[in-house]
Amino acid sequence: MNVEFINPFLQATVNVLQTMAFTQPQVGQPFLKSKTTLSQGDITGVVGLTGDIHGSLAVSFSEAAILQVVSNMFGEVCKEINAEVRDAVGEISNMICGDARRLLAEQGYQFQGAIPTVIEGKHHKICHACPGPILLIPFTVSETGTFFVEVCFEGCDRRAV
Amino acid sequence: MPNKNMKILTVDDFATMRRIIRNMLRQLGYNNILEADDGVSALALLQREKIDFVISDWNMPNMNGLELLQTMRADEHLKTIPVLMVTAETLKENILEAVKAGVNNYVVKPFTAETLRDKINAIFSA
Repeated sequence: MNVEFINPFLQATVNVLQTMAFTQPQVGQPFLKSKTTLSQGDITGVVGLTGDIHGSLAVSFSEAAILQVVSNMFGEVCKEINAEVRDAVGEISNMICGDARRLLAEQGYQFQGAIPTVIEGKHHKICHACPGPILLIPFTVSETGTFFVEVCFEGCDRRAV
Repeated sequence: MPNKNMKILTVDDFATMRRIIRNMLRQLGYNNILEADDGVSALALLQREKIDFVISDWNMPNMNGLELLQTMRADEHLKTIPVLMVTAETLKENILEAVKAGVNNYVVKPFTAETLRDKINAIFSA
């Protein structure tokens, strides 16, 4: 997978969480997801991408991570995953996708983002828009709060990652 | 400077974004805020209430922000209400389309309360 496609999603994730949720996520080492479709987190926002290449983005939060992020974002303590938190996961995914598209456009790649879908539950299935390799970028927001950004583009050769 | 008591309508299909904008507006001293979740419900409110300023998302189901703006500019009673467009779009052609339709300013997500304040001040000092 072209590194030009990865960095915009990493930067966009940090930018969105810093700006809208006053949270400084720590970035871990990206790695390829094994062939499983199971999520790493408890709630996930998925956004399809069309344009120069087809693909999708998924942002999968542990319960601890999303409750911390949404509490910071709203300025109120959120204690459980509810309709407001689900809506926030959709909007966070939407904003990360939009900001990444802006950065990709600066590199000459044009994409449109679809309306995000939100899935929740332990080890739920994440369906990406294409069968290519899935790159996982891990983030931490606290000792127990982790989340993962998954990026998948069609026609990307697994060996090129 | 903008009137802190003006009636502001925020339009977004995501309750999260409406809540974030409402919190930012309150932080900036604006407390007279109404909300709508798409262009259709925004138009209904605009026809019922005396709204001074609209902050609208671009991408929404039913009637998007651009269609709402075009409808407002074609309506004798709504055409002078200032509109700030909130968008994830940075495509030049989209921004040009909004400018052509009569948008007063736009802000790209994600943004801070300070950026929102600067955009509002720019609109009301023009």
